[in-house]
Amino acid sequence: MDKLHQKTLTELQAVLRNGDCSARELAEHFLQRIESHNRLNAFISVDTERALAQAERADEALKSGTGSPLTGIPIAHKDIFCTDGLLTTCGSKILNNFVAPYDATVVSRLNTAGMVTLGKTNMDEFAMGSSNETSHYGPVSNPWNTTRVPGGSSGGSATAVAAGLTPVATGTDTGGSIRQPAAFTGITGVKPSYGRISRYGMIAFASSLDQAGPMTRCAEDAALMLDVMCGFDELDSTSLQQDSTQFCAQLEKSVKGLKIGLPKSFFSEGLDAEVGDIIDSAIKTFKKMGCTIIDVTLPSSELAVPCYYVLAPAEASSNLSRFDGVRFGHRAEKYDDLVDMYQKSRSEGFGDEVKRRIMIGTYALSSGYYDAYYSKAQKLRRLISNDFNRAFEQCDLILGPTTPSVAFEKNAKTDDPVEMYLNDIYTIPANLAGLPAMSLPAGFDPKGLPIGLHLVAPYLEEGRMLNAAHQFQLNTDFHRTFPEEFIE
Amino acid sequence: MAINNNDVQKIAQLARLELNDEQATKFSSELASILQLVEQMKTCDTESIAPMTHPFDAALRLREDAVTEKNLRDKFQSIAPATQDGLYLVPKVID
Amino acid sequence: MNSAKNNTPGWEVVIGLEVHTQLKTASKIFSGASTAFGSEPNTQACAVDLGLPGVLPVANLEAVRMAVKFGLAIDANINRTNVFARKNYFYPDLPKGYQISQMELPIVGEGSLAINTEKGEKIIGITRAHLEEDAGKSLHEDFHGMTGIDLNRAGTPLLEIVSEPDMRSSAEAVAYLRKLYSLVTYLEICDGNMQEGSFRCDANVSVRPVGQKELGTRTESKNINSFRFVERAIEYEIERQIDLIEDGGTVVQETRLYDPDKHETRSMRSKEEAHDYRYFPDPDLPPMLLEESFIDGVRGTLPELPEAKYTRFIESYNLSVEDAAQLTVSRPIADYYEQVVEATQPSTNASTNTATQADAKLAANWIIGELFAALNNDDLTIEQSPVTAVQLAGLLDRVKDNTLSGKTAKQVFAALWHQEGEVDAIIESKGLKQIIDVGAIETIVDDVLARCTEQVQQYKSGNEKVFGFLVGQVMQASKGKANPGQVNQLLKKKLN
Ligand SMILES: [Mg+2]
Ligand SMILES: [Zn+2]
Repeated sequence: MDKLHQKTLTELQAVLRNGDCSARELAEHFLQRIESHNRLNAFISVDTERALAQAERADEALKSGTGSPLTGIPIAHKDIFCTDGLLTTCGSKILNNFVAPYDATVVSRLNTAGMVTLGKTNMDEFAMGSSNETSHYGPVSNPWNTTRVPGGSSGGSATAVAAGLTPVATGTDTGGSIRQPAAFTGITGVKPSYGRISRYGMIAFASSLDQAGPMTRCAEDAALMLDVMCGFDELDSTSLQQDSTQFCAQLEKSVKGLKIGLPKSFFSEGLDAEVGDIIDSAIKTFKKMGCTIIDVTLPSSELAVPCYYVLAPAEASSNLSRFDGVRFGHRAEKYDDLVDMYQKSRSEGFGDEVKRRIMIGTYALSSGYYDAYYSKAQKLRRLISNDFNRAFEQCDLILGPTTPSVAFEKNAKTDDPVEMYLNDIYTIPANLAGLPAMSLPAGFDPKGLPIGLHLVAPYLEEGRMLNAAHQFQLNTDFHRTFPEEFIE
Repeated sequence: MAINNNDVQKIAQLARLELNDEQATKFSSELASILQLVEQMKTCDTESIAPMTHPFDAALRLREDAVTEKNLRDKFQSIAPATQDGLYLVPKVID
Repeated sequence: MNSAKNNTPGWEVVIGLEVHTQLKTASKIFSGASTAFGSEPNTQACAVDLGLPGVLPVANLEAVRMAVKFGLAIDANINRTNVFARKNYFYPDLPKGYQISQMELPIVGEGSLAINTEKGEKIIGITRAHLEEDAGKSLHEDFHGMTGIDLNRAGTPLLEIVSEPDMRSSAEAVAYLRKLYSLVTYLEICDGNMQEGSFRCDANVSVRPVGQKELGTRTESKNINSFRFVERAIEYEIERQIDLIEDGGTVVQETRLYDPDKHETRSMRSKEEAHDYRYFPDPDLPPMLLEESFIDGVRGTLPELPEAKYTRFIESYNLSVEDAAQLTVSRPIADYYEQVVEATQPSTNASTNTATQADAKLAANWIIGELFAALNNDDLTIEQSPVTAVQLAGLLDRVKDNTLSGKTAKQVFAALWHQEGEVDAIIESKGLKQIIDVGAIETIVDDVLARCTEQVQQYKSGNEKVFGFLVGQVMQASKGKANPGQVNQLLKKKLN
């Protein structure tokens, strides 16, 4: 019999509805686990009182039968989402005193659905990082091997779900920040199509790339979450005017005849052999399930990383100008004049990775360089997007590894930003093209570290992608494997 | 792409960041290697390609002109570093 | 009033204006906060206006409509695809560290405006007009050596109208500015309140020796909010630049601030630092695509423009060119005038039911004379006039039916101005009704003739000047209520 923290959302729903456990007991169970495993450093803040009050309201709703499918289920939010009355740091010192005065749309949708917020998870500062080592609040450990990184930037959410500190967490993905940590920690993470989930209240990194998504134990849970998280929001001008999504309803379709494309460039040099082997066996599983495997090409994607490292920092350099110590956040204690106050507050408040990206972005937009960098990158972005359109004329889904390697040791790549950036080589193209993509557990390397399988779908075809992942999970049990050390 | 400490300090000034010499040196070598990565874009011909700013072809949605916000000054200013008489305070601005 | 420097021999002046027009929407351009003027600091600055982490802009349809309306009125090209861009710079009254504006693709493209100059009509080119958000306000009063920031104005929609460098004197610049002002108020896209900053101007000024092709180095004088200040700022700049060059110096391209107390411009030190605004398309706002049907809809709401109204006033009311110009200078004035004409009863001798041209002329005289003087005196706009158009029409009716004389009419106007009641009630209570009963006037005339035998003798012996004295006596005896025409007639009859 699985313990509460090993259960999927569907299983927890049954537990709550059968009355085997109250929402309050469920919240207490997870709060207690967060406490006892706090050496993982997955959380930046936990509000026990608030969580228990929410849980009690959920219990009332469940009793009176007014609850929704997610009522009473605990959740943790990446600390990038504004939560009214709760500290919201975005992993940065510059927001170490920022109690958000409003809720992000994602948070209020999930609150309305009756979910219980346990706390806010650790993350790379302003979501800039692939290892969670840029957080001002310290690195997060990977529950499969605590000397290793959980990936980033949604590393706290990934570890929290993987170690059973919460059944589900929110994340955000600008260049792979949901999928890469999901791969490193053996969980399921989905980045929906750009525009599916409101960005209102989600602290912006790169506005044209950022997209929120769920981090869960399985594809079915992700579908359940997405049905609530997705939806039009009049507060976000990039929010899609979509009908309400019904991804759960699309999960029981056969994948027989589904055409899966393998982009050559995702299997070339730079890919670790152990990862390649596991992905090969996953491909075999899909074949067994009746899928057709074909080769596709995404030639321009080879330049996705350089393209991304112009566009994302350019947008970020502008998005992060509002952190100036005037209306909120950190203000330096001593300064000579206005300019000095700006410079000191920002220099004290931002970490090195954030500064690097602000500098790169400022440079790329500055006069004389705009055309060679920013404009060039936007043109390349279109070529990358066109490649996907062409590929999807031949196939229904694209499959590959989520990352070139398994989770690496802490401090292994902190000295070389470019090497760190190359971690996201497979995930970045989907952000540039705005396409839905996900990572799901595909197996383990010989050391027992999880390996992620990456799926990319055509625009707005999350249903197809989630169904393929769900069917794969019906035929495998990698997603049910739990890190030994944290079962108790 | 060569980038010296002077360039780095100019960018830092534009971005309102303060760097000491040691940091400037470190940043200039890091920025140089990032720019080297970025320069790979040059290998791709983008002649006659339209820039792509947004991930999908959407048109701007416009909202009706209605006042929907109420005064939340106290709440907003409770998280401000310095205020007086409802104003945000900053070091003297000289025009 | 041309200053000497406007015509300094050997020099040509080149002026271009950038005008920031506050659009009179109810809510801000990217948020649902109110744009009302004069509230307590920061009470109208919502999360979006404050640039709190995570907030996003949503554009205001009405601001877009107003911009299109302006574009159509100046016959400009409306860009069917236009784009919001970020202009990046740090300033405490700019909460996000960037201003959302338009750069490469503004909503309004090239257009033009005709102005009247001493040498006749001149066309001033308009380069573009773009939508953008206003910044907040810095208050430099003493807060223990700090500056206070009020963000109520942050996010107020602006239409920045940029002219070509087509003006050649401060007089032309002011003429252009007045024309533009009248246009935006006619279109009802701007409340025109210059004191509150609803219509403010940056003047780009340069000078060059006559005959030189290249433009001289220009300076930009910022944020001037009255017609008089614009004129003075430009003239100061022209003189300063010419003096500088003639003394062997060079003009530095810079931003300058006009000081209305000293009537001079000075360099803005804080803005001296080289600017690199790093414009790029705002990723939070997809391109604005304007459909033909939308533009046609806006076209349908275009009012009669000042030019057309001016011509019509001359033609249908037979007004003089000067009167028509004065009455069409702003839309509220023109509307007031037409309301008076509309409300006034046709003169009894009119052949039709509509007001005659004489009625229209009478209304024009009263507005340009009495009303403007009173407004001026109390420093009020016509919208704030205590005398409504309908009340003024009522007053004119009593003039036309001879109830009031010119003199008593002014007394009634004064009473109306002080809100002492309606026209007829005022006439009644003050006993100002003109006596037109011949019998009553005859009695007074007979009394006067009996009293003033000496003067009657003088008149009869040929001193016609005395006639005026006798009329005055009758008027006085009637307390000004006798109809002067009738008095004249009766006196003449009795004396001859
Ligand atoms: Mg300007
Ligand atoms: Zn402007």
